[in-house]
Amino acid sequence: MPLDEGRIRDMAARMRRRIIDMARECGGNAHLGAGLSIVEIMAVLYSAVMNFDPACPKNPERDRFILSKGHGVLGYYTALALTGVFPVETLKTFQQNGTDLVAHPVMNPRMGIESSNGSLGQGLSFAVGIALSAKLHKKEFRTYALLGNGECNEGSVWEAVMAASQFELDNLTAVVDCNDMQSDGESVEIMNLSPIEDKFAAFGWKTVAVDGHNIRELYGALASRDFDGRPTAVMAHTVKGKGISFMERGKDWHHNRLTQSLYEQAVAELEAI
Amino acid sequence: MIGITSAKSKIWSKMGARAVFGMAMLELAGQRDDVVVLSADLVTSSGLDRFKKTYPDRCINVGIAEQNLIGIASGLAHEGATVFATSFAPFISMRAGEQIRMNMGYMEMNVKAVGIGSGLAMAHLGNSHYGLEDISVMRSIPNITVLCPADGAEIFQAVFAAAEIKGPVYIRLTGGVNNPIIYDGDYEFEIGKSIRLRDGGDLTIITNGAMAHQSLAAADILQKEGISASVINMHTVKPLDCEAVKVAAINGPIVTVEEHSVIGGLGSAVAEYKSTLKNALPQLFIGLPDKYGKSGDYEYLIDTHGLTGEKIAAKIKEFCRNDGAI
Repeated sequence: MPLDEGRIRDMAARMRRRIIDMARECGGNAHLGAGLSIVEIMAVLYSAVMNFDPACPKNPERDRFILSKGHGVLGYYTALALTGVFPVETLKTFQQNGTDLVAHPVMNPRMGIESSNGSLGQGLSFAVGIALSAKLHKKEFRTYALLGNGECNEGSVWEAVMAASQFELDNLTAVVDCNDMQSDGESVEIMNLSPIEDKFAAFGWKTVAVDGHNIRELYGALASRDFDGRPTAVMAHTVKGKGISFMERGKDWHHNRLTQSLYEQAVAELEAI
Repeated sequence: MIGITSAKSKIWSKMGARAVFGMAMLELAGQRDDVVVLSADLVTSSGLDRFKKTYPDRCINVGIAEQNLIGIASGLAHEGATVFATSFAPFISMRAGEQIRMNMGYMEMNVKAVGIGSGLAMAHLGNSHYGLEDISVMRSIPNITVLCPADGAEIFQAVFAAAEIKGPVYIRLTGGVNNPIIYDGDYEFEIGKSIRLRDGGDLTIITNGAMAHQSLAAADILQKEGISASVINMHTVKPLDCEAVKVAAINGPIVTVEEHSVIGGLGSAVAEYKSTLKNALPQLFIGLPDKYGKSGDYEYLIDTHGLTGEKIAAKIKEFCRNDGAI
């Protein structure tokens, strides 16, 4: 299937618009920065790369996706809703009392949510187990895990990195959302892992660096299925808070509340594009 | 039924807890294709060498990485496997504690975490390797069943019963080689249903794991001195057999005996439930103190901690005298 860049770009734009609505409607703080930085990654995965039938989210042959950086839910839930796994209306329940759409994912096979996350550094191990299972049972599906660059401070990430290499999981792709920020600010100031691809490469992974907002580059890296015994790490260089000028690269927008006037400003910016 | 005989019990006793665990896993894997075992570089120490030779694809060593052990085990379970994961009790219960919470507790993945060498079994290796707090940690995580088998036969029972239920389990292995025998014939083992090992009218000792043997020895000593004690094997700490605790509380005082810290273990579980009963008598907690003691061989350790049959009996006598409980 040829890459329909326009369609994916349109999906990304609709996701951003929904994210802003969700953040406003929930009334409280939301992880906007990390949700906005992964929009293109999620749009490419769910609408062009992954073998995933929204009508049948439990299909055993589906590609698996694990949101290891669990606070990226705004990018996750909007991708699932806009591909049709659950109604777009359901997004209105985000961070409401008793909701299925919590600020960190809660496993829900019916809604296409593969695992519970929120404690950083755990999702890649889980994905390694899934990819290993596929190898053991000779299944064709591919497993994707999305991590944050800050998340890679967690030592358990590197336990999973070494295991994926040892078990020759060439059916596994880790995407690192390299927005170069973390909760307290700039990663370079807090715990600098740059160049992070070198660390993955040193453990025997294939690495590729892309512009994490460029549909074509993302597609090229994510759709590649090269079975040479090595897992793939895609360094997606992104901008935290991408698309909303006052959020971009702003520490304050890691977890923040959108007031009505800022909401209106954000909507105006998105609609001007 | 797993075919427990006197001859088998003797062999299992000589083999010790870990080798028996490995043997039970081998037998289980022969019956069920969905069974996979993982270890954090403790395949040999978990008695799994024969398993690895027989089913190389179903024995996965993740290296010395307990957090990853539970994560990978859970990913495999997510895809339908029944996964057993082993490491020493403190490492699996605490190094990987939060992975257990997220994957086994929160997501209820079908993983059986096996804490080998728990209690004081690691002897000369010291407190770094003792399982002093594992039940306390595991018991406080929702959805996890906690099993503490009393001898080789019960390790078989626990392994098979854990595989039978689709959900997370913590299995705590205590005792070393030459584990005393509690069961030398077939018996009914049901998760959550305690087993009365001995009847007595004056008080009830509730115990599990390697302390079942010491508790029976204590009851024998007490009998000679005119105190008649029931002994209950509470092999499942969670879900606790509350009915058995209730019956025991009606009949007299309760003594809990465990090879675990007196904080958060079997004694605490019993006390939590007992506190809801009207007119329940005081409880005697026998277990490990809230501190890290000196190291030594197993006999030295249970002696200095007052966990031999004789010392347990002496504490119970004193308790009965001081509290005038009976």
